[in-house]
Amino acid sequence: MEAGKIKIALTGNPNVGKTTLFNALTGSRQHVGNWPGVTVEKKSGSVSYKEYDIEVIDLPGTYSLTAYSMDEIVARDFIIEEKPDIVIQVVDASNLERNLYLTTQLMELGSKILIVLNMCDIAEERGDRIYIDKMQELLATPVIRTVASQKEGICDLLDKVIEQKEVQQHHGHEIGYGTEIEDRILEIEKVLAEDETRDTRYPLRWISIRLLEGDSNVREKISKSPVYDRVIQIIDSIDQEEYEAEIADKRYLAINTVFPQMCTRANGKLTKSDMIDRVLTNKYLGIPIFLALMWGAFELTFAFATPFMDMIDLSATWFAEYVSSSLQPAWLASLVGDGIIGGVGAVLVFVPNIFILFFLLSLLEGSGYLARAAFIMDKLMYKIGMHGKSFIPMLMGFGCNVPAIMAARSIEDEKDRLITILVVPFVSCGARLPIYVLFAGTFFGRQAGTVIFGMYVLGIIIAIISAKLLRATVVKGKPAPFIMELPPYRVPTLKTSLIHMWDNGFMYIKKAGTIILVGVVVIWVLASFPWGVQYGSEDSYVGSLGHAVAPLLKPLGFDWKISVALIFGLVAKEIVVASMGVLYGAGESSDVLSDRLIADSGMTALTSLSLMAFSLLYMPCVATVGVIRKETGSWKWAVFAIFYGIIVAWITAFVIYQGGVLLGY
Amino acid sequence: MNEDQETTLDTLKPGEKASIRKVRVKGTARRKLMDMGMVAGTEIELVRNAPLGDPMDYNIKGYHLSIRKEEAKQIFITKL
Ligand SMILES: Nc1nc2c(ncn2[C@@H]2O[C@H](COP(=O)(O)OP(=O)(O)OP(=O)(O)O)[C@@H](O)[C@H]2O)c(=O)[nH]1
Ligand SMILES: [Mg+2]
Repeated sequence: MEAGKIKIALTGNPNVGKTTLFNALTGSRQHVGNWPGVTVEKKSGSVSYKEYDIEVIDLPGTYSLTAYSMDEIVARDFIIEEKPDIVIQVVDASNLERNLYLTTQLMELGSKILIVLNMCDIAEERGDRIYIDKMQELLATPVIRTVASQKEGICDLLDKVIEQKEVQQHHGHEIGYGTEIEDRILEIEKVLAEDETRDTRYPLRWISIRLLEGDSNVREKISKSPVYDRVIQIIDSIDQEEYEAEIADKRYLAINTVFPQMCTRANGKLTKSDMIDRVLTNKYLGIPIFLALMWGAFELTFAFATPFMDMIDLSATWFAEYVSSSLQPAWLASLVGDGIIGGVGAVLVFVPNIFILFFLLSLLEGSGYLARAAFIMDKLMYKIGMHGKSFIPMLMGFGCNVPAIMAARSIEDEKDRLITILVVPFVSCGARLPIYVLFAGTFFGRQAGTVIFGMYVLGIIIAIISAKLLRATVVKGKPAPFIMELPPYRVPTLKTSLIHMWDNGFMYIKKAGTIILVGVVVIWVLASFPWGVQYGSEDSYVGSLGHAVAPLLKPLGFDWKISVALIFGLVAKEIVVASMGVLYGAGESSDVLSDRLIADSGMTALTSLSLMAFSLLYMPCVATVGVIRKETGSWKWAVFAIFYGIIVAWITAFVIYQGGVLLGY
Repeated sequence: MNEDQETTLDTLKPGEKASIRKVRVKGTARRKLMDMGMVAGTEIELVRNAPLGDPMDYNIKGYHLSIRKEEAKQIFITKL
């Protein structure tokens, strides 16, 4: 350990406040939410404190060192492989018994640990009493009291980290597993010790216990050892299931013997959270409330945004007019006016929607309702071949598909996870919203709201059908068991929600200023050249490009201009709207885009419906394809997602358009 | 007595309490349940069923744990 440098890792059960503490320590703004499995990757940050550079690593939550899901594997591997100087176990004071189970495992591993007793406010409010001195003595580990959400105890923690840096820790309490198991442990230890080349980072006792518990990861670790065969012989001779149960029993037994000395629990009182649950997960009210909440969120996203949108729209129009009348030469005026302001402006109009959308999603995450949604929907999800937990990524998908697909990491079963990753792209994200608002608003007038809602429902229906299809073909099998902790409800902190809203909303703005801006300029250039053609006419490059693919899309009711918009929309779905802005921005007319669409585009309500459905479904955006590749570890599924999406979109739009034509629309 | 031996967790009614005897769930779920506190002798209470009847919301060691009936059927208990 280099002087002045300390590396600490935050570990602990899911949802105990590790990330909240990490943010408080390092000043970062990592995602916090009131449900288990928010953090799925390790994140690092640093803090300088009293001449020390402290590197802090935030890890995903885990209930034990036996890892089941991808995020838990990250947490376990970090603790076991990287061996940070101090392992900080964040413990939920209102849920001490179960939290201490992980403590017993960390102690066996021989890590230098420090316990952070977080959420003390909740425990105290409930009337629990925790005797910290006694706890330190019984666990032979320093214990710091914190309320991470209010930044209480942060300095105490840092002081303790520095103090502990040099201290040699001896774990007083080793758990005894009873004569039979202890004999086996000794036996294995002895054999292991004969291997001179062994990895000395791990205590022999720990390796032995893990082997008896059937930890395949540890088994692999010693697979190169010359004594491997003899060790395996011992392990094969025991009843693994019996041992597994016995070891877990003994750990909890050890906790139970010390627990009453360090904590007295206030009993029997019905907490506020329990009372809320009586209503929200009520047999009769549960589903109606869920639907009402979804509907309400949808309505709010539009209702609150409208005045702001009008303001942005007006200023963009005014600005475009001003620019086109004052800029010289004419081509520059066209680039800035038609291209940049027309295109990027068309996307920026929707910034208010995006902000509200993320704010509402953050409230959902912070309150603890997200876990209930998974609980309420599990049975339905099971019927369509999905896991209840998949519901969380799907809801997050309404914001942005990319983090939603990453959130699937907390799903234990690989098949469940794969299906989730493949159907999330059909959940209509914020970037698709501008498309609906523009076209539904233009062609459906007062029915716009219903049409937009219908698009969201269409996405969900396609997701359901796809899940069923996948289960019947490429990912056969049943969803894995549902095992999930339901955290207590909390009042979401305004600050967290605002940060979440701002960070995600700002990303949308940034996207408008980068990718979309580039796309818009490219389209403008292609629409203006070759030299001398009329801007955006069929003779321009854009015209040739559009005409090249238009035959494929003609049965869906799309002309060449829409085809162009859809091609560029592959990069980011907002570009569909932006390119409409560019392509119909020509001329002196100062009307807003929707008036121009009605006047010039030849589109009808039916084509716009077909276009909305197609844009919703056809191929995930580039960022989503990238994350599918990364999360599934192969191009195979990413390519599958692209083609599957295009086929589904084509069929759906075909049915809508041709059906509509048949019906006489 | 024999009848009692066969009582499983799914037979619990809301508000009823029991003590866990044996977790016979198969696969990794078994281990996960034990890690989360489902070990012999632990007290468990059914809080409620989900609105659609499944899964269940249990109270164990002071927190809420949700599992499906299918798994609950493989967990043996003694009613309290
Ligand atoms: N009342 C109270 N709430 C807290 C405290 N610390 C964190 N929280 C809340 O607890 C919830 C979980 O916080 P996170 O920091 O996301 O928890 P985590 O341990 O990182 O969770 P995972 O990443 O899912 O493992 C959030 O709603 C926080 O606002 C605390 O000390 N008191
Ligand atoms: Mg976290």
